[in-house]
Amino acid sequence: MVVDHKIRVIIAKLGLDGHNRGVRVICAGLRDRGFEVIYTGIRQTAKNVAWAALQEGVDAVGVSSMVGAHLVLIEQLSKEMSNRGLNDVVLFVGGIIPKGDDEALCKMGVKGIFRPGAKISEIADFLNKECKNRKQ
Amino acid sequence: MGKIQRDIIEDWKRTDLARDYKKRGRRRNAFKTESEIPLDDVYTSDYLGSIGFDEDRDLGLPGRFPYTRGIFPAMFRAEPWIMGQYAGFGAPKDTNQRFKYLLEQGQTGLAIALDLPTQLGLDSDHELALGEVGKAGVAISSLRDMEEIFNGIPLSRARQIFTTANAISPAILAMFLILGKKQGIDPKDFKIVLQNDILKEFVARGTYIFPPNESIRFNIDSVEYCTRYHPHFKPIVVCGSHMRQGGATATMELAFLLANAKAYIQAILSRGLDIDSFAPSMEAQLSVPMNLFEEIAKYRALRRMWARMMRDQFGAKKPESQQAFIRVYTTGYTMTAQQPILNVVRVTIEALAAILGGCQSLSCSAMDEVLSLPTRKAAQVALMTQHIIAQETGVADVTDPLGGSYFIEGLTSRIEEEANKIMEKIEERGGAESAISQGYYQRLSREAASRYQQEIDEGSRLIIGLNCFEDPEEEIHIDSFTSDPDLYESRLKGLKELRKNRDNQAVKACLGRLKDVAQSSDNTIPALIECVEKYATLGEIFDILREVFGVFEETFERL
Repeated sequence: MVVDHKIRVIIAKLGLDGHNRGVRVICAGLRDRGFEVIYTGIRQTAKNVAWAALQEGVDAVGVSSMVGAHLVLIEQLSKEMSNRGLNDVVLFVGGIIPKGDDEALCKMGVKGIFRPGAKISEIADFLNKECKNRKQ
Repeated sequence: MGKIQRDIIEDWKRTDLARDYKKRGRRRNAFKTESEIPLDDVYTSDYLGSIGFDEDRDLGLPGRFPYTRGIFPAMFRAEPWIMGQYAGFGAPKDTNQRFKYLLEQGQTGLAIALDLPTQLGLDSDHELALGEVGKAGVAISSLRDMEEIFNGIPLSRARQIFTTANAISPAILAMFLILGKKQGIDPKDFKIVLQNDILKEFVARGTYIFPPNESIRFNIDSVEYCTRYHPHFKPIVVCGSHMRQGGATATMELAFLLANAKAYIQAILSRGLDIDSFAPSMEAQLSVPMNLFEEIAKYRALRRMWARMMRDQFGAKKPESQQAFIRVYTTGYTMTAQQPILNVVRVTIEALAAILGGCQSLSCSAMDEVLSLPTRKAAQVALMTQHIIAQETGVADVTDPLGGSYFIEGLTSRIEEEANKIMEKIEERGGAESAISQGYYQRLSREAASRYQQEIDEGSRLIIGLNCFEDPEEEIHIDSFTSDPDLYESRLKGLKELRKNRDNQAVKACLGRLKDVAQSSDNTIPALIECVEKYATLGEIFDILREVFGVFEETFERL
């Protein structure tokens, strides 16, 4: 492990999208790589996820989005997180995300974007690196 | 005879085959299908004998029990399968234009994709709908939207009209009935197909509203109503496809589909309906990933299992009750965002499997679906793929052309056997509803999906363009689907006007009656028809029903 405790991460499905194959595979893959994973289930609100992030003291929050509602939903989540002083929690996104949205997502505080074909090991490496930076 | 043949095969394996492997190597130590059915070097009549294959009992002729070879005697020699591309996006007027275009292009069925707020019974102006309106399909909040979608398209214009309405299907059925009335078309002259399969929503896809038990009651209302008044409608399509996309293997797909069908049949029978009055209107929906022969065998196995279940377990006597009408959608998870044009090849192979397997209706995915909602060009290529197979290849000229192949027959029987084993385990858990509530389907699917991903990550499963033959110069270009930027605003405005201009007294009274009916055990469809006709919105209707039936929510889970 890169950091001194297990990295704790929430993997969230926001909005109404029910596609959960990818998110389930990623949850299991991160768990198998030693992460502590909390999966929100589908159709969570930004408020609930931010609240859980605070309660659980997580290092990172990952959001899966497949149907194109990511800009609205990530903006909500990012606001809810900063309202709770969670600006240093690593926010990342995965799914069907157009390249043209990168800049907007970046401005909302998104640190990583993973598209179809990304390996779980890439996400794990990203989390190890970003969460280590966060601890310093 | 059997013994002698076996000796010959054993000898061939020891000598010729072993020598060839030694000389030319072996690609893999063990070959297997996606469902982990081990594959032998070669299949012979001896193999069919060893698994107890009986031609009269297990194969028969097309259009005859157990329908392994197809549900119609003449199959595609009479007419090709229904080519129904899934479409629908944005505002009702956008979908109206796309439908008109598709009909001009020779499409024979219409399939309406609904946006997520609609599928969950939320109006476009609901807080939770923000960012989702018109995205995954068209937005429908009231009868007014349906009128716009079918403006200039009489409901009788297509061979059938299909929607993905599941949790909300009774309300959509009500809308179609009123729309037909307004267009002056007798319901006998059009055909509505409702997906209306709620159990699979709890396993994959996720557009449930109420808890499983209340959901089944509400959804079975559609089946009961159609059986009594519009028996030519298709009020339920039992789906394996979404669970397959969600991770299940081919054998799980069949087992889950049939176990769910069983649960629905039991619920419908408890309404006092005869099996032969509704079984003919039930349909099955399957996916078609890339393993060509396993997929072909899967459709054949489903038909046989369906026929046997209907006849032997439910006592269905009509041939139509025993015939599984199979709808196929090509598969999303086999497509790659890398070099998306390669998906045209994948879709062609998948479509071929569905046709060789004898499907009744086929929808081909567009090559860019993995990147965004399909563009018009990509949707056209997908539809033309079907026309090319139908007109240029000759594969539709002989019924069940692979029937009798040692391999295909053997695989068909093995798939049936394995799917039956999974069905027994579902039965041990108390049947479909309870197995799903216990997370049994979900666990099996999740494990299979993880295995699949792991094989890709470690390179034991090769996906062209993704983990081999990558194009280093390629940049993945995901198009932002550009819906009308004013769509959301105009939806808000439209709903506001609707609520202002309709007879709100009448709406209130209808919604009150709906509540009473929902609280009783009576069928909700007549009350829904009344609500819809008075332009009550889906959101208003489902707020009432949520109050009565309660809602189902997933909870946080620690892994």
